[in-house]
Amino acid sequence: MKAATLTQLLKDRKAKTPVVLATNLATGAQALVYRNRADGPLAENATVVEAAREAMRDDRSTTVQTTEGEVFLQVFNPPLRMVIVGAVHIAQPLSRMAAVAGYDVTVVDPRGSFATDDRFPGVTLIAEWPDEAMPGLDLDRRTAVVTLTHDPKIDDPGLHVALKSDAFYIGALGSRRTHAGRIERLREAGFNDAEIGRIHGPVGLSLGAVSPAEIAVSILGQITGVLHEKETKAAA
Amino acid sequence: MAGSNVTQNVLDLNRASKDDEVLAEAAKWRESGRKVALATVVKTWGSSPRPAGSQLAVDENGAFVGSVSGGCIEGAVVTEALEVMKTGAPKTLEYGITNELAWEVGLACGGQVRVFVEALD
Repeated sequence: MKAATLTQLLKDRKAKTPVVLATNLATGAQALVYRNRADGPLAENATVVEAAREAMRDDRSTTVQTTEGEVFLQVFNPPLRMVIVGAVHIAQPLSRMAAVAGYDVTVVDPRGSFATDDRFPGVTLIAEWPDEAMPGLDLDRRTAVVTLTHDPKIDDPGLHVALKSDAFYIGALGSRRTHAGRIERLREAGFNDAEIGRIHGPVGLSLGAVSPAEIAVSILGQITGVLHEKETKAAA
Repeated sequence: MAGSNVTQNVLDLNRASKDDEVLAEAAKWRESGRKVALATVVKTWGSSPRPAGSQLAVDENGAFVGSVSGGCIEGAVVTEALEVMKTGAPKTLEYGITNELAWEVGLACGGQVRVFVEALD
């Protein structure tokens, strides 16, 4: 590997830019493939670039056969992200568990007395309303959004932003009755049933979870299942 | 307090095992003037412990960071990496229990793994 390639790769990692390192296993020739461009000797090969972007989407490093021989595609996607609306009790264990599972966690809550560093050490806290804070977060296909406040004034604007985004998971805490009310409000706000159907509510897997930590497990479990597109049983 | 220390250790462990940490270390070694080779898992079969993309960086003294298996083949990979540093030519290696001798340096877990080794220019 050229030192310059490694330097660029480390720069991309730091900037959290998704990139695929393509390597010809016979010659060692390489390319860095991005969403919109590709650099390096291997970048001329359309098969490599196309397969690299597919590997990036699948988040799976793999090999591909090309006219120039076997090429390894090493995916360097930025970490998964979780945006939690509500710096509430459940958000504390959930943010810690999510961090251990590899997520970059952001907690959004306009109530400054909830969103404190003491309660959320090491977590990115945004003490703003979700409709102000979340559009700037670029919620992409590698982001999960969970609303936890039970307060429509705070949760609903967060859901509005999430439903207009590519977030791979959207979950909303609350009972069936709470969720029915939420669906009504979202309909009135102009969202259709398919859009509203993206929301996992009541949130989490059916584990009989009681404590905040257990509820966090059920939520993180459901998110993990959706991430890997496995059938998961929703909370009763 | 003990609880939060444990969490901190888990997070540190997580960070240390991430593959870009391996690359960062490799870059640091190279900048300090050492020869460096990178070994990368490019394909696995069966129950190999580390997925494709897992990396190991080796310096000219045989010091290494990262892993390409649960620890079973690192020794053999380091030896090959020292060779690649000398010749500059990349190499693809295969390990697994299909080869009876592989028990010596192989994957007791029953998996098979292909590893690409390249020098850092």
